[in-house]
Amino acid sequence: MKDTGRQAADPGYGKVREMRDTGRQTADPGKAREAQAVAQDPWSELRRHTDARIALGRCGVSLPVARWLEFRLAHAQARDAVRTFFDREYLIDRLKARGIACLNLASAADDLETFLARPDLGRRLSAASAAALEEYARTHGAEGGVGANVCLVVSNGLSARSIHDNAAPFIDELLPLLDRAGLSVSPAVLVQNGRVAVADEVAYGLRAELSVILVGERPGLSSPNSMGVYMTYAPKPGCTDEARNCISNVRPGGLEYAAAARKLCYLVQSAFACRYSGVRLKDDMPDTGLPSGLSTSGMNRIPGFRVSPACCKN
Amino acid sequence: MGEKGSLRRLLAKASSPKSGDVLAGTAAAGDEERILAQMELADTPLTRFLDECVVPYEEDEVTRLIIDTHDARAFEPVSGFTVGEFRDWLLSDNADAPALAALAPGLTPEMAAAVSKLMRAQDLVLAASKCVVVTAFRDTVGLPGRFSTRLQPNHPTDDPAGILASTIDGLFYGSGDAVIGINPATDSPENCLRLLHLLDLLITRHDIPTQSCVLTHVTNTLELIRRKAPVDLCFQSIAGTEKANASFGINLALLAESRDAALSLQRGTVGDNVMYFETGQGSALSANAHHGVDQQTLECRAYAVARYFDPFLVNTVVGFIGPEYLYNGKQIIRAGLEDHFCGKLLGLPMGADICYTNHADADQDDMDILLTLLGAAGCTFVMGVPGADDIMLNYQSTSFHDAAYLRKLLHRRPAPEFEAWLEKMGIHNAEGELLPPGDKPQALDMARCGK
Repeated sequence: MKDTGRQAADPGYGKVREMRDTGRQTADPGKAREAQAVAQDPWSELRRHTDARIALGRCGVSLPVARWLEFRLAHAQARDAVRTFFDREYLIDRLKARGIACLNLASAADDLETFLARPDLGRRLSAASAAALEEYARTHGAEGGVGANVCLVVSNGLSARSIHDNAAPFIDELLPLLDRAGLSVSPAVLVQNGRVAVADEVAYGLRAELSVILVGERPGLSSPNSMGVYMTYAPKPGCTDEARNCISNVRPGGLEYAAAARKLCYLVQSAFACRYSGVRLKDDMPDTGLPSGLSTSGMNRIPGFRVSPACCKN
Repeated sequence: MGEKGSLRRLLAKASSPKSGDVLAGTAAAGDEERILAQMELADTPLTRFLDECVVPYEEDEVTRLIIDTHDARAFEPVSGFTVGEFRDWLLSDNADAPALAALAPGLTPEMAAAVSKLMRAQDLVLAASKCVVVTAFRDTVGLPGRFSTRLQPNHPTDDPAGILASTIDGLFYGSGDAVIGINPATDSPENCLRLLHLLDLLITRHDIPTQSCVLTHVTNTLELIRRKAPVDLCFQSIAGTEKANASFGINLALLAESRDAALSLQRGTVGDNVMYFETGQGSALSANAHHGVDQQTLECRAYAVARYFDPFLVNTVVGFIGPEYLYNGKQIIRAGLEDHFCGKLLGLPMGADICYTNHADADQDDMDILLTLLGAAGCTFVMGVPGADDIMLNYQSTSFHDAAYLRKLLHRRPAPEFEAWLEKMGIHNAEGELLPPGDKPQALDMARCGK
């Protein structure tokens, strides 16, 4: 292996070179052997363009042990994010501190295994929660957020961590925009183990004109805390995904809260103007005002089958 | 005949355990019921599949396609068999590559599904390994002894520099001979156009014998072709029923129109297979369009759709949707072997996205097992994703390293045209082995593409 052309900026390479330089007198011959077995890729400076796992180097054609263990750690974190308990009390405290009323409900999937294997149960409320919602709607009026323009639902989905991290700061950005647009908002309805469609039943029960659900997206290795936001006009049980629009990857390091809230508010206003949402709702918001690559194309991404994880199977 | 004695029900009960069939309510209640159904299926004549449709002919254009395009003469050699006898024949030496290729148009997808339900893993590997399906566009995939990859350089914001970085990483690991295919984060025609031009520039400037694809809806691709975009392959996800396809926003006529449009560009140099299809067990159920048919049989019906359009590549995305369809590593492995075998048997250039999500009970060991088995089965291509971690779609697939492992272990080589390019670039040696990375100043030169 030659040194020419190698990038000093490559920490891995620096390590290799240091080991090679000191190889003969090193106190740890095992380390020197490992360094010799691993060939670094000389294009590591391309890493600054992407978070993808590029220029990993190799031993033979295989992944070096350090890279392999990093991968395993990321997988462990993502798995843990799926299994983290949704702490609704924590979120309710944070929202109440902001003066936001909350309802605390649960889907019909009462444990994690059921939730993962039975998406149909995650799409509807438990019997007790359905009764509680009905009671609330019966005993409250407009001042209690019944019959509001927008129903706000929050669920752990596939990553409670994403909701713990992102729901409150996103709502902070969103509510002033909706208020400025002259739109009334329901109490925040927290649903344990909910899928996207559970918002249909909740919003219908509260007689809202439009639903917005914040839901934990399927965690990725590099993003265990990504939040998805889905909007449906005229929500009612049985609505299909074609009727929804989605904003994906809301988190620090992904789509920032303020930009996501602006985008959502734009879509909400468009839906009220058109009196529909989903595939047909044309996204004309100029790209210039936004970070590139927002996943706002709505559920027309479903045909892609492999679509952004947020956009179909949560 | 009532539902109880129906072929549809028999196929569903005989199917290997899948969480999606439990969710749909079609699965056998227990192991004994499943094996008894397999015994009954083994005694079922293949001709019954031509008389009894699992989804009604009148209601479904996929059924009509299957029945109306069935080649009775090709079917003749196996027409006297039961499903069980067909399984035994497939494993015999009489079923060699020419015999299997000649038979393919005579098989319906339901026959392929049925026989696969009677086969264990080694049967699925061995029988598939005897099927040879060769397709071509700017290079030739599926030749014996070859193993290709789709380079999948996705980026969460479709950043061109980020996509280029992952593409270069893959190329220098010998990946990308099946296609360089991007799942765009944003589906707008403007964005897809930008990505198509990026890949086109890279491919033409560096004279890479491969093809590009931006995996957007066919209606977008049609629009892009109208705008004279450099479209190589036309992508679409497809499913096994008319209703499921409708939920994808497609039908057979639209696919035909898209194929004609892609063909009209005449961008292939060594062949004119222009379609790239993706499928996956569970897609019909997720669209609530399964008609009481099990997910593996429906998957095979999607292959009948694919077959009609003479595709360059068909990719079963085997663990993507999640544990509600394939619960764990064991179910994903079984489904991957079934899909690959059935696709090959029906005459398709079958590849697999060997993958899992973080809410499924699966890990890299499961992926390695399926990858190695599919390699032995002669799988046409797998995905190449940097470090196996797709940072846009948030799932784990196979990496550039994984494909290099398989080529090394099984002595498989890339598509011949692409192999010659790898040699010229000093990436592979003449034996088709990955050379040490060395200096590779060309890698950074490539990164300036489009600047």
